[in-house]
Amino acid sequence: MTADTDAITMCAPIVARKAGFVQDVVSIARRSIRQLPRDLPTVVPALMIPLFFLMVNIGSLQDVAAFTDIEISYKAFQLPVSIVFAVTGVSRAPALVLDIQNGYFDRLMTTPVSRRALLLGHMLADFVLVVMLAVPVIVLGFAIGVRFPTGPLGVLMFVTIGACWGVAYTGIPYAIALKTGNPGAVNSSFLLFFPFAFLTTAYLPLDSMTGWLAEVARFNPVTYLLAGLRSLFVGWQWRELAKSFLAILGLAVVSQTLSFRALRGRVSLN
Amino acid sequence: MTIREHAGVRVQNLVRSFGPLTAVDGINLVVEPGEIYGFLGPNGAGKSTVVRMLCTLLAPTSGSASVAGLDVVESPDEVRLAIGVALQEAGLDQNMTGREILLTQGRLFGLTRAEIERRIQELSPIIDMDAIDRLVGTYSGGMARRLDLAAALMHNPRVLFLDEPTTGLDPAGRQRVWEEVRRLNEEVGLTLFLTTQYLEEADELADRVGIIDHGTIVAEGTPAELKRSIGTDVVTAVVDGATAAAQAALTGIDGLGPVDVFGDEVRVSTENGGRALSPIALALAGAGVEVRELSLRTPTLDDVFLDVTGHRLEGGAA
Repeated sequence: MTADTDAITMCAPIVARKAGFVQDVVSIARRSIRQLPRDLPTVVPALMIPLFFLMVNIGSLQDVAAFTDIEISYKAFQLPVSIVFAVTGVSRAPALVLDIQNGYFDRLMTTPVSRRALLLGHMLADFVLVVMLAVPVIVLGFAIGVRFPTGPLGVLMFVTIGACWGVAYTGIPYAIALKTGNPGAVNSSFLLFFPFAFLTTAYLPLDSMTGWLAEVARFNPVTYLLAGLRSLFVGWQWRELAKSFLAILGLAVVSQTLSFRALRGRVSLN
Repeated sequence: MTIREHAGVRVQNLVRSFGPLTAVDGINLVVEPGEIYGFLGPNGAGKSTVVRMLCTLLAPTSGSASVAGLDVVESPDEVRLAIGVALQEAGLDQNMTGREILLTQGRLFGLTRAEIERRIQELSPIIDMDAIDRLVGTYSGGMARRLDLAAALMHNPRVLFLDEPTTGLDPAGRQRVWEEVRRLNEEVGLTLFLTTQYLEEADELADRVGIIDHGTIVAEGTPAELKRSIGTDVVTAVVDGATAAAQAALTGIDGLGPVDVFGDEVRVSTENGGRALSPIALALAGAGVEVRELSLRTPTLDDVFLDVTGHRLEGGAA
């Protein structure tokens, strides 16, 4: 027997066992988070869009907005729009598609990992990702003079709301990824957000909007999300914050129902 | 040999259909604990579908299968704990390092960090340790295959499934995988179920071979048994179209087995090829058949495959 084979024989006492649901989620999340810096080329463009919109919207609409009854500065009014653009549609779904295509997903499927952990682990990584994306937007906000009267806790709440919204939305790209296994389809999932992003109070407050646009905006969850975020530039308005969390909850219920249904289909043995 | 209990594979009337297509059509097989079973067949024969069912990736349409004494449908998680799997395409994330792949694999099988590190050391003969902290995307095909094999072995499985483990490897890479497979079987007593389209691989590695074609097992036995089943020697004549005349000329010659025609080739098995060669040449000449090539050899699994399926194994030459 060689030294090599001696070494292999030594492995006998190690016995495989189920790691448990929490450990499964942590393992999948760790792997996904570790890959974030390697996927920067796909993340950076996603960050450029909200920063660009922030500067352009402020530059082009600031003076017009002076004629409306916005109670905060237009820069502060626009910062939530920028955060929402930064965190919406960003997810590890493209990496999941790659896993499906290169066979790594099958490898995971031959382990006793909880199938729900395969998705939740990625979503945990998404939370880290969207927080990472929110930070530069807020830094830019500070740089252009936006201040939070609610203090550091207000900033924390601002990031938390944005991150929760971002993670709630990930159900859409994950559903598409698991259903199609197609990277192109996943990348275009952000387009589904466009009607929600523009048929809302992105540029003007609800009271200044008229006609059908005002009606649509009234039923758009993004309207309440933005109102909650903007309220943090006024003070602690719990009613507005509660409405934004309700909007997030509503989105999460719809999008994550779709994603977990798609997961069931993908991991079904049929 | 350390043969572990309940480490075999049992398959009964296994069927898998995809819509109107029946990919696996009622196969039965038994792999004994500690055995290397070679599943030989061309692309599309149903090999990978069988493996995917045994590895709990696909549900059977009907029939039953157990691995390591556990039913693949009723106890999939327990089966997953008992098996190691390296599928046809090395299932590796190009964006992870070799160590990260092994770490994740170990964690999902409940191993502690210390156990994982120990296991990496134990598997170091298989892994390219110099490259373990490099991204898998920079690996050669052989390195990726060995890492895939190591990942499949991280949790110390009882049964190892290898789906075409050497496809796409160069001869040296193939040889190295063969050595590891043999060693794992001989030293650890691992039960191995390997699919291959390479005759040489099945011949070299497998204790027993099952030949699958169109979703059905058409022959099964040890490589020696299978080859013996078609005679001690095989004489082949390539006759460029005059196959009917050649078949007629050779049929009935004393000491020859049945005469078969495959394309331009006339093949006859015999117990003593050396003695049969002259009568065969004379008979063909006498019948006015122009012989382009006349050869004598011992039977190969390719002959067996040809015998039981009526066609050669595409890409069969390893």
